[in-house]
Amino acid sequence: MTQMTFARAINSGLRKSLENDPKVILMGEDIGALGGVFRVTDGLQKDFGKHRVVDTPLAESGIMGTAVGLAYRGYRPVVEIQFDGFIYPAFDQIVSQVAKMHYRTQGAVKMPITIRVPFGGGIGSPEHHSESPEAYFTHTSGLRVISVSNPQDAHTMIQQAIASDDPVLYFEPKRRYHDKGEVDESLDLSAALSMEKARVVTEGKDVTLLAYGPLVKTAKDAALAAADEGISIEVIDLRSLAPLDFATLEASVRKTGRLVITHEASQTGGIGAEIAASITERCFYHLEAAPVRVTGFDVPYPYSKLEMHHLPGLDRILDGVDRALGRPNSLSGLEG
Amino acid sequence: MFTDDAGKGGISAGGPGNSAGSSRRSGGDLVQLITPGGERVSHPEFDPWVQDVSDEQLGALYEDMVVIRRIDAEATALQRQGELALWPPLLGQEASQIGSARALRDDDFVFPSYRDNGVAYCRGVNPEDIVKAWRGNALAGWDPYTVNVATQQIIIGAQTLHATGYAMGIQNDGADSVAVAYFGDGATSEGDVNEALVFAASFQSPVVFFCQNNHWAISEPVRLQSHIQIADRAAGFGIPSMRVDGNDVLAVMAATRIATDRARHGGGPTFIEAVTYRMGPHTTADDPTRYRDANELEDWAAKDPIARLKSLLERKGLLTAELETAVAAKADAVAKALRSGTINMPEPQPMDIFKHVYSTPHSPLERQQDHYSRYLASFGDPAEAASEEGAR
Repeated sequence: MTQMTFARAINSGLRKSLENDPKVILMGEDIGALGGVFRVTDGLQKDFGKHRVVDTPLAESGIMGTAVGLAYRGYRPVVEIQFDGFIYPAFDQIVSQVAKMHYRTQGAVKMPITIRVPFGGGIGSPEHHSESPEAYFTHTSGLRVISVSNPQDAHTMIQQAIASDDPVLYFEPKRRYHDKGEVDESLDLSAALSMEKARVVTEGKDVTLLAYGPLVKTAKDAALAAADEGISIEVIDLRSLAPLDFATLEASVRKTGRLVITHEASQTGGIGAEIAASITERCFYHLEAAPVRVTGFDVPYPYSKLEMHHLPGLDRILDGVDRALGRPNSLSGLEG
Repeated sequence: MFTDDAGKGGISAGGPGNSAGSSRRSGGDLVQLITPGGERVSHPEFDPWVQDVSDEQLGALYEDMVVIRRIDAEATALQRQGELALWPPLLGQEASQIGSARALRDDDFVFPSYRDNGVAYCRGVNPEDIVKAWRGNALAGWDPYTVNVATQQIIIGAQTLHATGYAMGIQNDGADSVAVAYFGDGATSEGDVNEALVFAASFQSPVVFFCQNNHWAISEPVRLQSHIQIADRAAGFGIPSMRVDGNDVLAVMAATRIATDRARHGGGPTFIEAVTYRMGPHTTADDPTRYRDANELEDWAAKDPIARLKSLLERKGLLTAELETAVAAKADAVAKALRSGTINMPEPQPMDIFKHVYSTPHSPLERQQDHYSRYLASFGDPAEAASEEGAR
């Protein structure tokens, strides 16, 4: 076990993948000499060379499209999208090519591409630097979408994503990059929890609280605070957003009968909507209350002085928990 | 002549060992080796690249062009008869596609668009596999790795980036293969094509950008896509370009050999503009009489690529009755096989819809598959249920 930051844990996972498979190639803007704007790829170009850690021209569709060609040739490209809001120029290549190639070719051409996306807000950035675009990709068949919440998962799951023969979007919570945690770098990938599995991070019996990425920490803090009031929250880190690990979610909801989902992304058509609908279909008779969503508003990401109103914080999450439990809350007295 | 195995008939690259440096000039001059009247004209720079093309190989190029035109006509007929949902004819572009495809090696890798059926044929794709997607029996008709041809791209220009990335992989592997991107004049307006040119130039990747300027992007004339000659755009990216008569199979072959030779020897990318003409509609669903002048079509019919090569063969005394009979018989046989292969193509099965979305299991999708299979089973006979479902 080594104490390291979130960013360093990803770096160490990337390094192991580069060491273990000569077909792994990193591509992105400023990932070489600079080591990435968040330094996640720090030192990798120096150690593995410019042909394996490639500084690309500043064109996201170009990066993604050439990654498709490299995958065609048998490579495993790991693409860094510098910021969440910069992924849209690559959207066509991701949705029309990366996601569909395996289906189009009836399995002949694999697209083992990992797309790393620093995402989410809370760092006081200008526009386009704080977004949560994951639902665009969970809606797209052919992609796998994961999000990591702690250094150990960041380290392990980047390697699992790279080893996957399917394309994977790997969402990194940029406001947690400097959080530290214990990381076991010798952990055997095959022994580690599958990247498609959710994890119960705090056990509880009164309400199930689902979070991923940056909000897992907030959800855990909320559970601690609620415990002081005698409320037992079961916090689950989704880890995989596509596919969702319904077995784990259902087991928890069948136990607690109440469900709260939180994410920074806007509400409409988001991950929370999909989970609420699916859990309602799958465990309707176990639910004691309607599922509750505590999410970013349906607004463009706001200017930074207002972002803390947009981002679900501990108190808003607890207000949602109160709603799920039928306790007095900010919406008491309102219909529906 | 390559009669039995279209994929193995590629004429190996010949000509001088070093690339023709002066082709780095602006693409302004249209290179032509065969006039519309079928006269072989000399060109000091391009001639050496096709001097090895034997009489027999000229006949084979003629056969290829006749056969692909026949495949094109048969596919159009199959569409009119309801056997194909749609077909994008390449009528008029035979020399561009055959001349370039026959200049490649088997280990080169082609990234084509949906109209490049002549290229696919030359690489050895079975004609009935070419029409498979247009019948709706698959999204793509072949395994790219068996013929080194990617599936035909429908998103305009997207494949130019794939070719460039593939070429970057060739570089990393230390190989001397070449990736070739086929696209049209309309595609040159797409961001992806411009990004592909940037990447290819920056990394000096072994990729050939083969642009068939067929003058029309559905209803939009080429002057709407480019204010200057398309080949001249390449200079802005630092990529050498050539502008060749795309209805002249030898000029196209020479240009492609110059470009692939440069790429194989570390000279990086080349842009070729093959100036040709889409004599048919964009697809069988299109009506060009709404947007273009019949006189224009007549002008281009006079420059027909097949008639041109036929005249050359005639001038050289190569157009024997024997050749003509053999070519006609080949075209008949291919068309007949295409028709029967199309009509007798096995129907896809309902549950095939769920196959190959992912390469490893995906539980929510398996659940949908299970539910749909139960739904179909609830009708009793699954085949009957599927056909009723399909009829709605």
